[in-house]
Amino acid sequence: MSDSLVKVRSLVKHFKLEPKGLFDAPPVLRAVDGIDFDVQRGETLGLVGESGCGKSTTARLVLRLIEPTSGSITLDGVDVLATSKKELMALRREMQIVFQDPLSSLNPRMSVGTSIAEPLRFHRIADKVERFDLARRYLEIVGLSKDYYDRLPHEFSGGQNQRVAIARALILQPKLLILDEPVSALDVSIRAQVLRLLIDVQAEFGLTYIFISHDLSVVKRVCNRTAVLYLGKIVEIAESERLYREPLHPYSQALIRAIPEANPDGPRADSLAGIEGDVPSPVNPPQGCRFHTRCPHRMPVCTEKEPPLMEAGDGHKVACFLHQEAADHSDGQ
Amino acid sequence: MTNKDQIQETSTQRRRSASELRRENFHIMLRTLQLAWHAYAKDKAAVGALIFIGIIMILTIFAPYIAPHDPNEAVGTRGGLPGTDGLILGGDMEGRDLLSRLLWGGRIALLTGVAPTVAATCIAVFLGVVAGYIGGWIDQIIMRVLDVFFAFPLVLLAIVIAGSLDPGVSTLILSITIALVPYIARLVRTTTVSVKQEPYIEAARAGGATTPTILARYVLPNTLAPVIVYSTTLIGLMMVVASGLSFLGVGTQPPEADWGTMVSDGRAVLKKAPHASAFAGFMIVIVSLAFAFIGDGLRDALDPRARVR
Ligand SMILES: Nc1ncnc2c1ncn2[C@@H]1O[C@H](COP(=O)(O)OP(=O)(O)OP(=O)(O)O)[C@@H](O)[C@H]1O
Ligand SMILES: [Mg+2]
Repeated sequence: MSDSLVKVRSLVKHFKLEPKGLFDAPPVLRAVDGIDFDVQRGETLGLVGESGCGKSTTARLVLRLIEPTSGSITLDGVDVLATSKKELMALRREMQIVFQDPLSSLNPRMSVGTSIAEPLRFHRIADKVERFDLARRYLEIVGLSKDYYDRLPHEFSGGQNQRVAIARALILQPKLLILDEPVSALDVSIRAQVLRLLIDVQAEFGLTYIFISHDLSVVKRVCNRTAVLYLGKIVEIAESERLYREPLHPYSQALIRAIPEANPDGPRADSLAGIEGDVPSPVNPPQGCRFHTRCPHRMPVCTEKEPPLMEAGDGHKVACFLHQEAADHSDGQ
Repeated sequence: MTNKDQIQETSTQRRRSASELRRENFHIMLRTLQLAWHAYAKDKAAVGALIFIGIIMILTIFAPYIAPHDPNEAVGTRGGLPGTDGLILGGDMEGRDLLSRLLWGGRIALLTGVAPTVAATCIAVFLGVVAGYIGGWIDQIIMRVLDVFFAFPLVLLAIVIAGSLDPGVSTLILSITIALVPYIARLVRTTTVSVKQEPYIEAARAGGATTPTILARYVLPNTLAPVIVYSTTLIGLMMVVASGLSFLGVGTQPPEADWGTMVSDGRAVLKKAPHASAFAGFMIVIVSLAFAFIGDGLRDALDPRARVR
């Protein structure tokens, strides 16, 4: 457990929204509301949850594309939030991201080869000719021909563009790669190929992944551990295999029940079997346990107190009062 | 493995790569132009307008060599109809050759259409991109100041500015430039704000790009296209405005030939010799229409998505 590349502690991001009336206080949207997790070197940590639960916000915070309200993040022992501009540049070389929509994540007026080489230019790593050679080499690494250097993104398919985005993320040889729904926008038929590529380059470059998705069947396939988010909180985190076999949190149970085994391209977490209602607004999250409004096992305590994330054995943690007692006993309290 | 280890090349390899890179860059440029022209050429009206404006530009630029007479010298009968005194288009109310005046006047008309639009576009792109990308109080200051100008109709503002300066071509250009900046700056700002939200901007930031790099390589190329289209259509309109200002006496001064002043000069003899006003007025309308057609064509030519292999 000691060899973690990323450590996130009590991370909070509140967005201030536009006030409704002239004299109203601005409403606060609790996108990420106190989350803790570690990512071990070389592993793939999955972040799953319904739309709007704070997955992308977490990714942006870790990369320091946005500033957190509070909390701490370390990458390889370096405090991500306490860096000078120059140190931040150095940090940016260590962590990269691949976004969901490949077409819009590439400059439409830049050839894909140039786009791949851009991070080298930003960091002044190589000269023009070297950048050109490296860009062509990375085109081949992600399974494209080096002759495609001059193509524009709109001349490519979604899968090809996502390969370009992956090449761009890899060219700085980062330690951490955050994949924000990297295959959700792609045709079902090519998802598997892109996932294969991601798994291959992870082994080849010794990468650590944070894999964001709401497609649980994909997460099950690629992630060593999985964290389930609900309204800006981690409700359960465990080895993927264990989480899928015996989910403890009612929300995780519903998510996992919603995957039809027969269909590997599976439904998205948006359709929850056995769970009534919609996700409450992150502007006014429910008192107590945030899930209590939709929980089939609701108890009186759930509406009053917020359950902390507690160890339930072997690194399996869950934030639910149903499992609180067992945890209390094992802690000897 | 560090990045430096990735790039170990022999000098022969390097030389070969360098020449391939040059070829590739040249190829990209050539193909961009080809595709842009291909998209532009689909619009026949735009092609016609481009040829027409090209011809007019050549004719007016070479007016000193082409014009059969001195534009400011009386060479025929006052208000002579086309053909009289050997003047193809006839004479104006002073007996000056209309054709020569039309050629010379075209220079000023084009200059007062193109120059303020280009100048205003440059200023507006700077202001709009800064306001739109940086946002915050800088945005507030820039846009609120421009709003003050925006509150006046363009023509009225231009008249007020031109009226408070010495009349002449440079006054004309300056006043129209100032009056035009807020219009273009608004478009630039709106486009910049929407480009700023594109994921490729965030991707560049995650890659380590600094703000100036993002502005130069990502924001500017993607905001410029709609602005160029808009500005091109404005050229014709500004020609009309400039003519109007000259008509009111705050622009070009007699005896200098200019399509705007020619229309106003012809008023005096409108009944007897309508052609004295008509030719110049006709040119203003046709040329400004042509710029609008060119703008339409550019819309497709500058959109990378509209170009298909
Ligand atoms: N810049 C912002 N300003 C205000 N609210 C924001 C901002 N960015 C995100 N949010 C809000 O924060 C919440 C979490 O957003 P986030 O993008 O992290 O969700 P997500 O889990 O990635 O969802 P999805 O699956 O739809 O991508 C959402 O309610 C969203 O509306
Ligand atoms: Mg998201």
